[in-house]
Amino acid sequence: MIKMKARTDCTNREASAIRGAAIIFALLTVSVFILILGHNPLSVYASMIEGAFGTLYRITETLRKSIPLIVASLGISLAFRLKFWNIGAEGQIMMGAMGATFCALNFPDLSPWILLPMMGAASIICGGIWGAIPAYFRAKWRTNETIFTLMMNYVALKWLTYLQYGPWKDPAALGFPKIPGFSPNAVLPDVFGLHAGWIIAIVLVVIVHLFIHHTQRGYEISVVGGSENTGRYAGMNVKNVIIYTLFFSGGICGICGMIEASGVNRTLSVEITRGAGYTAIITCWLSSLKAPVIPVVCVLFAAMIQGGTFIQMAFQIPQSAAQILQGTILFFVLGSEFFIRYRISMVKDTEPEEVE
Amino acid sequence: MVNICKSFGDVRANNNITFSVNYGEIYALLGENGAGKSTLVNMLSGVYTPDSGEIYVHGKRLRLASPADSISSGIGMIHQHFKLVNVMTALENIAIGQEHGFLFNRKHVRDRVEDICSRYGFKIEPDKQVRSMSVGEKQTVEILKVLYRGADILILDEPTAVLTPQETERLFDILLRMKEQGCAIIIITHKLHEVMEISDRVSVLRRGEVAGTVNTSDTSPVELTGMMVGKKVELSIERPAVRYDEMMLEVKDLSLIDREGIARLDDVSFTVRRGEILGVAGVAGSGQKELCESIQGLERRKRGEILFKGENIAHLTPRAIFEKGMRISFIPEDRLGMGLVPTMDIVDNVILKDYYLQKGIFLSREPARKRAEHIVKMLNVHTPGIYHPVNKLLGGNIQKVLLGREIDSTPDFLVTAYPTRGLDIGSAHLIYDELNRQKERGVGILYVGEDLNILLSLCDRIMVMFEGKIIGTVDAAGATKEEIGLMMLGETPGGVTAND
Repeated sequence: MIKMKARTDCTNREASAIRGAAIIFALLTVSVFILILGHNPLSVYASMIEGAFGTLYRITETLRKSIPLIVASLGISLAFRLKFWNIGAEGQIMMGAMGATFCALNFPDLSPWILLPMMGAASIICGGIWGAIPAYFRAKWRTNETIFTLMMNYVALKWLTYLQYGPWKDPAALGFPKIPGFSPNAVLPDVFGLHAGWIIAIVLVVIVHLFIHHTQRGYEISVVGGSENTGRYAGMNVKNVIIYTLFFSGGICGICGMIEASGVNRTLSVEITRGAGYTAIITCWLSSLKAPVIPVVCVLFAAMIQGGTFIQMAFQIPQSAAQILQGTILFFVLGSEFFIRYRISMVKDTEPEEVE
Repeated sequence: MVNICKSFGDVRANNNITFSVNYGEIYALLGENGAGKSTLVNMLSGVYTPDSGEIYVHGKRLRLASPADSISSGIGMIHQHFKLVNVMTALENIAIGQEHGFLFNRKHVRDRVEDICSRYGFKIEPDKQVRSMSVGEKQTVEILKVLYRGADILILDEPTAVLTPQETERLFDILLRMKEQGCAIIIITHKLHEVMEISDRVSVLRRGEVAGTVNTSDTSPVELTGMMVGKKVELSIERPAVRYDEMMLEVKDLSLIDREGIARLDDVSFTVRRGEILGVAGVAGSGQKELCESIQGLERRKRGEILFKGENIAHLTPRAIFEKGMRISFIPEDRLGMGLVPTMDIVDNVILKDYYLQKGIFLSREPARKRAEHIVKMLNVHTPGIYHPVNKLLGGNIQKVLLGREIDSTPDFLVTAYPTRGLDIGSAHLIYDELNRQKERGVGILYVGEDLNILLSLCDRIMVMFEGKIIGTVDAAGATKEEIGLMMLGETPGGVTAND
């Protein structure tokens, strides 16, 4: 009989070893899949790395893809620290992008020094409100935040669709449903060949890290996330903690929307997120909510996406193969949490008479 | 059940327990909290598997690996908290998981249920939805459910805890009738007079072992209480005399009704003086937790007055009380779930209550680091370091961190709930000594405990609670364990039960 016993003595080193082993097992499993497709797994993996980091252009592209993941993961990590399972980053990004676009379309001639911060502030407010709404209902009436935030994503999506097909439709596009492009003043400038979003991302990593570990508000989040009862016992207003945390969480996701709209797309469309809000849940979790780890994981994840596009061309295998790799890694890493929390042992079974 | 043993981690919940129940008999299991009653019956119902020992049903040795095994061998468990589907009718709840055909043969189920009802004298409305039923009706459905599954051994876990006296009487009628029909009935209870009234034989459990099994007709409540509480053990705990005469805490007519409409506290009034330890005894769930949380300001639904140094604090939040400069420390029963943040280290746990007093938005951990080091040294906490997460400390050390923080804030009043539960003797005595030191400093202490020996040695007075009421308060110096034990089971000092 297999016996499972809860353990609490897992050291960080052991935990890292278990997670590392999980990734290796995932790669091995996908190898089998690649072999079935008729390719050599090693050369496929090698060219994935090649495709992601092979040239300066590819590195820039990989980083470009990693920025929305980093920013959204940071946002999500705040909510997850509170054990508030915010899967509404997708919607919060969209609303943030909408806030930024509103400023960009209405004040196209303002100086970028005023316009860009204004767009940033609008994106924080819009994304933050989108995060705080489900938080309010959760704090007040204990609604299920997972369902709530998920549904808010659809509301946001349909709202953007309405704007794109209705009031914000570009009159110059001959009836084609698109929102007008931003004026140059509303576009994030390039710094070292990549839009300035990377600077924002790095600054946010530092801010989130300091916020969580060195401010009173951050401390409250950790306490309430560790145990709501302890928070009440210590005299904290648990409801307020939940609401303001989700405002910050949604606000950071909103900045992600502003960066994508202004730095990458230079307009707003319903495809603005390209799934970053969902992928960021994965990267956030894989980073175990630690702000300094998030950029590393996100760059690796972006590399996997970028490399996946490359093997599609090099080997004529569908990009979905790379998605299978992502899914498999996630499956193994999340599954390995079980081995971190439980010790498995075999015990001898003295088998008495069975029940009839 | 023969030689049953079961451990959880290092705790021996059941040790070599042997007992047997005959058909046509009502058998009572009596014991204090944590004596191992629930563990024992959970093994019978297949929820836990014993580490060693054997279970025989109808003379046949069985392995009960799951509740399904247990049901198929004729054992039916009626849990204290009902396991019914609220939006379904009585009939549907009874048939759930039992009718495996594609179509639900309502007629067939109804006939069988009616048959069972007439046999044992149940009265139910089969088409009534469970959510609109009274507690008594729900319990009837639970019993019907196990009978429908063919159980002839019934286990009832504190069946009367939620019933009105009339419902209790009806339940007992049914149990007696089932006994006549040849069922074996095991009933777990805290209430002595019920044991005397209904059972044929009774086993008393103490600390995971059988303290004795007697025929009910040959015993008396006093003897049972004696078996339950054990012999008085002299402990070398000092009891310094109370040196102050100043009133510290005065609770007047405190009542609390929870969301389900059950009175958790019922007109509770008492006082604690400066430098006095008032013990609170009672079986778990008698209102101790609610009382502690009310004094702290955590419980918001209460009525009545709580006067602290003459000022009513009944309607203040924990932080409002703190900001008035009243230092009421609270060591809750659930250390990791309420007193501490389990995943945080000692330093972060030390600043839990006063972190917000720092100026600005940033948080400095420097003062906390010094306090954490001081606590570790003062109470001899075994830890790899002050940055070690508290949930990775061993049992007693977790409690020392919590006690250390609460004492370090120089409290005026200290509320402790089971502060030495799970601790070894050495650590426990360290904590008693610390409590006594606080007492001599002039701190008023409310000590909720379960071990009567300790309550009698440590406290100045002992207040006994039962079902949210105060049954009586005795002077610890002159009281006996039997006296308190009887009160804990709802018998007032005069010998009349508090229920009536």
